[in-house]
Amino acid sequence: MGPQEIIARRIAKELAPGMLVNLGIGIPTQVANYVPKGMHVFFQSENGLIGTGAPPEEGMAHPTLTDAGGSPVTALPGASTFDSAISFGLIRGGHLDLTVLGGLQVDQQGRLANWTIPGKMVPGMGGAMDLVTGAKRVIVAMQHAAKGSPKIRKKCSLPITSLRPVDLVVTEMAVIDFDEGHAFLREIAPGVSVDQVVDATEAELRVPDHVPEMAL
Amino acid sequence: MQTISVTQSVAMIPDGASLMIGGFMAVGTPERTINELVRQRKRNLTVIANDTASPGHGIGKLITAELVRKVIVSHIGLNPETQRQMMAGKLEAELVPQGTLIERIRAGGHGLGGVLTQTGIGTSVEEGKQRVEVNGTAYLLEMALRADFALVQAFLADYLGNLGYALTARNFNPVMAMAGETVIAGADNIVPVGVLAPDHVGTPAPVVDYLILNS
Repeated sequence: MGPQEIIARRIAKELAPGMLVNLGIGIPTQVANYVPKGMHVFFQSENGLIGTGAPPEEGMAHPTLTDAGGSPVTALPGASTFDSAISFGLIRGGHLDLTVLGGLQVDQQGRLANWTIPGKMVPGMGGAMDLVTGAKRVIVAMQHAAKGSPKIRKKCSLPITSLRPVDLVVTEMAVIDFDEGHAFLREIAPGVSVDQVVDATEAELRVPDHVPEMAL
Repeated sequence: MQTISVTQSVAMIPDGASLMIGGFMAVGTPERTINELVRQRKRNLTVIANDTASPGHGIGKLITAELVRKVIVSHIGLNPETQRQMMAGKLEAELVPQGTLIERIRAGGHGLGGVLTQTGIGTSVEEGKQRVEVNGTAYLLEMALRADFALVQAFLADYLGNLGYALTARNFNPVMAMAGETVIAGADNIVPVGVLAPDHVGTPAPVVDYLILNS
């Protein structure tokens, strides 16, 4: 199992029936592949759709049915569409149960940086700041390190996305959560040791006596 | 409401105008109006939109033609040309969180001075803005936005100017239709008055100034 599959499979365990969920691009999108069989979850695309389904079969795409990246999607039975004011009202107004986003860095208090690398990559924040500030629960899906450099750090060197700490970070090595300004190691991936996670993390990681293995 | 050709509609727009343009990654963008803006070489435009699409699509065509002086958008990441012109100092980009952008436009069109949001507090978005505390919670004051023209695209229009939208091509369109001094609508299909059911009208006719004919 590759790193991305480990992350997506673990995050899928956080889904519950009837949840309204927004998945960001990249690894987060793959979470939809591992929804438990028979469980109904509402996926939102912030361009104005609830009930987003898989990409259409060839020849079945329609130019007015797309995801937030502009790619063709399907709408499942029971889907709804709405304008951008309602879409972000859902996000900020306490209606979105869960958002899963990619991350560049997360600091020890759980604050996420994921929208810009000044001077190098200035794409704009899109919906990321509203999602992190407004969703009931925020999960970051990212690789534990980038080119050997830890992404979970004492302080973010990149501009943060929101003051609001994220609830959970899931990497191919570990599951980490945050409480009162501290980071806690909650689970380790199969075949990974606690020491390896601590070594690959720059932030001070509080380690309970027993750290269970991720259920995948 | 007047019906108009696409050529006439763009001829009304002066150089230096501010334009709200509907669409999300060019889905729901008035493509014929964009093509005509390029053909008539309208310059120094300020574009308020969700994004600048990608080169060759929607607003991306205005960027590539170097007709835009300033954009107020949430995302330019899928258009390297926008980023290149911004880095070169040729294009000013005001990057706004998407939910804040749509609410600023909504406020502009609904007679409100602005909105209070927690989005952006403690980030670079806060710079130069006023914090307002309400019942112990801090919010940013984000100002209303209006534009000289709103260029919107509907799925269905009738000859009174009622507009109905389709699926994810709705996005910013109905909100922008309220916030332009002059509202110019295009539609994939124009139908006789009475065909659009009242419940399916997303933008009521009196808001629309001009409807672009499809012939």
